[in-house]
Amino acid sequence: MPEYSWPPKEKRRLMGKRHDRIDGLEKATGKAKYGSDLNLPGMLHGALLTCPHAHARVVSIDTSAAERMPGVTAVRLIAKAGDEIQWAGAEIAAVSAKTEEQARDAVKAIQVQYEPLPHLVHEHDLQKAGPRAKAAGEVLEGDPDEAFKTADVISEQMYGIPVITHCCLEPHGNVVRWQGDKVDLYPSTQNVSGIGGDLAKSLELPAAQVAVHQDHIGGGFGSKFVADRWGVEAARLSKASGGAPVKLFLDRATELTIAGVRPSAYGVVKLGAKKDGTVTVWESRTWASGGFTGGNSPPIPYVFTRIPNKRQNHSAVSINAGGARAWRAPNHQQACYLTCSALEDLAAKLKMDPVELFKKNADWTPRPEVYRSQIDKAAELIDWKKKWHPRGDSGSSHLKRGLGLALHTWQGGGHASQARTTIHADGTVEIELGSQDLGTGTRTAIAIVAAETLGLRIQDIRVKIGENAYPPSGASGGSTTIGGVSGSTRRSMTHALDKLFDVVAPVLGAPKEQLEAVDGKIQVKGNPAKNLTWQAACAKLGMNKISEMGTNDPKNPGGLTSAGVGGVQMAEVEVDTETGLVRMIKTVAVQDCGTIVNLKTAESQTYGSVIMSICAALMEERIMDAQTGRVLNPDMEFYKLAGIGDIGEIVVYMNMEKEYDDRGVIGLGEPPAIGGITAIANAVANAIGVRVSHVPLTPERVLAALERRNA
Amino acid sequence: MHAFEYASPATLQDALKLLGQQWGQADVLAGGTDLLSLMKDGVHTPRRVVNIKGIKELGGIQASGTSVRIGATVTLDELAESPVIRKSLPALRTAALGVTSPQIRNMGTVGGDLCQRPRCWYFRGGHGLLARDKNGQSLVPNGENKYHAILGNRGPAYFVSPSSLGPALVALGATIKLASTMGTREVEAARFFVTPASDTQRETALMPYEILTEVVVPIGMRNATYEVRQKQALDWPLAAAAVALKMKGTAVESARVVLGHVAPTPWPATQADQMLAGKTITGDVAEQAARAALADATPLSQNAYKVQLARVAVKRALLEAAKGRA
Repeated sequence: MPEYSWPPKEKRRLMGKRHDRIDGLEKATGKAKYGSDLNLPGMLHGALLTCPHAHARVVSIDTSAAERMPGVTAVRLIAKAGDEIQWAGAEIAAVSAKTEEQARDAVKAIQVQYEPLPHLVHEHDLQKAGPRAKAAGEVLEGDPDEAFKTADVISEQMYGIPVITHCCLEPHGNVVRWQGDKVDLYPSTQNVSGIGGDLAKSLELPAAQVAVHQDHIGGGFGSKFVADRWGVEAARLSKASGGAPVKLFLDRATELTIAGVRPSAYGVVKLGAKKDGTVTVWESRTWASGGFTGGNSPPIPYVFTRIPNKRQNHSAVSINAGGARAWRAPNHQQACYLTCSALEDLAAKLKMDPVELFKKNADWTPRPEVYRSQIDKAAELIDWKKKWHPRGDSGSSHLKRGLGLALHTWQGGGHASQARTTIHADGTVEIELGSQDLGTGTRTAIAIVAAETLGLRIQDIRVKIGENAYPPSGASGGSTTIGGVSGSTRRSMTHALDKLFDVVAPVLGAPKEQLEAVDGKIQVKGNPAKNLTWQAACAKLGMNKISEMGTNDPKNPGGLTSAGVGGVQMAEVEVDTETGLVRMIKTVAVQDCGTIVNLKTAESQTYGSVIMSICAALMEERIMDAQTGRVLNPDMEFYKLAGIGDIGEIVVYMNMEKEYDDRGVIGLGEPPAIGGITAIANAVANAIGVRVSHVPLTPERVLAALERRNA
Repeated sequence: MHAFEYASPATLQDALKLLGQQWGQADVLAGGTDLLSLMKDGVHTPRRVVNIKGIKELGGIQASGTSVRIGATVTLDELAESPVIRKSLPALRTAALGVTSPQIRNMGTVGGDLCQRPRCWYFRGGHGLLARDKNGQSLVPNGENKYHAILGNRGPAYFVSPSSLGPALVALGATIKLASTMGTREVEAARFFVTPASDTQRETALMPYEILTEVVVPIGMRNATYEVRQKQALDWPLAAAAVALKMKGTAVESARVVLGHVAPTPWPATQADQMLAGKTITGDVAEQAARAALADATPLSQNAYKVQLARVAVKRALLEAAKGRA
C-alpha cells in the first residue's frame, strides 16, 4: 500500500516555497493562446441579436434582409413570436458571416417587433418592488424579543451592497466546429471535463462526440461553467454553414449585461449586546436580487453563526435584468458586509475598539482561536494599536485616516479529480487531467506536487490539461481545484513511482520498500550511494512505459486535502472630506488555506482578491436605467475598476504554522475575496465618524453621509 | 461596423476637399481614441473617414514672446512634456496629465480633445445627443444623472463637456483656428463650445466642412487646473476648474475661472472672476470665490454632490495658481 501523505514540512523541497508559473513566460509574451485569440482556417464569425427592452413580448421577427446580407452564412432564431422576454440583452437571434463586421451588420438588419411590457430594474427600494418581492418566511432562534429587552445597548443600521458583474477580461464565448458527427469546442470555461457533455445534451449528440480544447482562460470568477446559449448557437451556426468553425464571443456590453452578476443585498440589521461588547441578539430584515429569479438571503449572521437569539426576514426581489451566476464566494461578501459592518457600528456605539469586540465575540464563530490569532496577526501588520482611534476622532485636517476589519470563512475542499501519470523510458514524465488553470496557477501546482513526489525538478514535468479526453477532473468552482488536483496528482505519481520501483529494485539489489526518489535519483534509503539517476532508472523500462491513475475522492481525502478556513482582513484608508474621495493606504490579509503548494501563487491569489475587493468597495456597480430598462454602464468606462494607483499597499500573510499546514491542501480562490469590502467600509466609517450605508463608497455617498453627520 | 471610405491626405487642402457639407458624410480621424468607439457603437456612421495625422502643418508646438501655438495633432503626451507648456501653461499640462492613461495620452490629440463627443451614457447608448425618449422628453432629469450637468442644464442639453483642455483654454483666452476650403477663421475658445438647442446641432462651433488646425494660447498669466477624479486610473473628472490670473504685485488684477465637467460647455464662472479682482488669494478668498463660482448651480436629482466637488476644484486651482511664477 503506497504512502500518499505529504512529506513532513521540513522535508519538502518544492511545496510551500515561492515558484514562478510554468506558463508565465508564454502568457507574458502573448504566445499563450486563449479561445478568443483563435483564428482557425476558414473560420466564420458569429454575432448575437439581443433584446433592447427589459420586458417585452416578441410580436414578429423577420430575418429575410439579414439572410441576404453579404458574407452571411447562416441566421438562426433563438426567440420566436409570442415569447416573453424578461431582461434587456436576452438573446433573440444569432448570425454567422465571413467577417465580424458582416455578422454585426446582419444582426442589425434583423427586424423584430416587440410589444413592450412594464419592467422593474431597481431593487434598492423594497417599497417600490411591490409584488415583485417575495418573502421567504421568518427564521427564528431563541427569544430575540426578550434578548433586546435585556440588552445594554442596541445598534440598528441600514446597509446595501449592489449588483456587480464578473467583468472577465476574456469575455464569454467560444469557437465551435461541427463537422459530420464530431464537434470541436474551444471554449472559455471553468469546466473542461463537464462542458462537452453539457453542449452535447443541447445538441442531442452522444457526449463522446464533443471534444473540448482549452489551453488558457481569461477569467471566470464563477460565471463560466456551462455551454451557454452562445456555445449551442455557435455549434448550430457551424453546422448550418457546412462545418466551418464559428467564433462567437460576447462583446463587452453584452458580456456585462447578460453573462452573470453577483446578486445585491440590502437590509436593516439590529444588534443587541452587553456592555462588554458580547452580542446577544441579531435581527435582520433583508432583501436581494440577482435578476428575474430574485435573490436568496446571504448566510447571516456571517461567521458569528452562534449568536444565540435571532430573527431573520428576507425577501427575494425579481427584477428585469440579466441573471446571477456564482461570483467568487457566492453570497459571502454580502453576508460579511451585513454582519461585520453591523459589528463595527455596534463597537462605535459602545466606544469600543472593534478588534476587541470582534475577539470578544469570536466564541460565536466555529473557530474562535483561529480568528483571535489571525486578528492579532493582522493588527500587528497594520499597526492597529498605534493607528486606531475611536470613530471620527481623526484630527482637524480635511484628510482623515481610519482603520477597519472584517472576518470571513470558506469551505474549499478538493473536488473529484483523476490524473494519469505516464513515465517514459527516456525519463519523460507526463501528467494528464481534464482540468483547467483559471489563472490561479493550477498547471504550476500540478507540476510542483508531481516533482515533489518524484524527486524531480518542476521543469521535468509535462503538465497536460484542458482536454476532455484526459481523465475527468472537477469544474473549478468553490475553490475546489487545488485540493482536487493535488490529491489526484499525488496519488497517480505515487502509483507510477511504485511501478518504477518494481523495475529498479532488482537492479539496485534492494527491496522496493527501501527505495526513495530524491534529487533526480532513485536511491536506497540510508545508503544513497546505491542509486540510479532518474534517466538510468527509466531506461530500465526498455520498450515499455508506466501509466498510472490517481484519484482525489472528496468523500475520502485521506489527509491530503481538507476544508474550512478562516481569514481576517484589515484596511487603512484616507478620506478627503471635502471631496468624499477615499484613498487606499494599506490592506492586510491574513489567510488560512491549509498546506500551501506554491506560496507565490497563493499570495498572488490573495493580492488579486484584495484588488477586487477594493474595486467593489469603492467604485464598482452595475447602473440600471429605470426608463429604458437597460444597463447604462456596460463598459470599462463607467463600470469602474481600480488601476494600480488606486490600490495602495497590500500585505499578505499566509498561515503556514504547523496547525494549519497539518490540515492538507485547501482552496484559496474565494476566501480572501470576501472580507476586504467590509474592512474598507469599516475603515471609512472609522475615519469620517459616520457609516456610509451603501457600497461602493463613491464621493456622492461619502459626502452625503458627512452632510448627515454634520446636520 | 458601417462600411466607410478611408482617406489619408498629405495636405490640409486635400483633406478639406474630402469633407462633407453635412454631419455624417465624413469624420476626421486623428488619435481615434473617441472616433473609433463612436463608430463601433454605431453612434457615428460616417461614409468617409479622413485621417489627418499625416498632415505635417497640423503638428508642432511653437512659442513666441506672448503666446504659444499648438498644432491640432499634437498628442496629449507631447503637450504635457513640452518645455514651454511646463514652464508657462501648467493649467494645460495638468489637464493633459489628467487623462491618466499613457496609451490615450500617446494617441489622443489636442484637436481631438476639443472635438470629442460627450460621454453621456444615454447619448452613447443610442438615444441621441439630447438623450430624448420617443416622446421627445429628455431621459436625463428623471434618469441616472449623477455624472450630468449642474450648470447650464435647463435643457434640452444636460450632458457635460468632456474636454480636458477646454476649461484651461477658455480661462487663458485662447484662440482656436478652423480651416475650410473657403479659408480660415479664428474663434475664441469661449465661443468654440456651444450648448446645442436641437438634436441636429453639435456641441462646438466646428462645421462639418472644417478642420480644427491649431490653438493659440497667450502666456504671461499664472494658471492652474484642478480635477476631481474618483480614480487614479483612467477616469473622467467629476468636476474640474481652470484658472488664469493676471497679477498686479501680490494682488489679482483680473481672474478667469472656468469650470469643467459640470455643464454642456466649459463654464466661465464670472461671479468668481468679479469677486477675485483686486484681492490677494488666501484660503478664505479662494473659498469665497469657489462659493461665488457655484452660486447659480441647479443640480439634478442625483448630482448635488458635484456642486461641492466643483467648489473644491475652484479653491484648489486658485491656491495652486497663486503659488505659480508664470
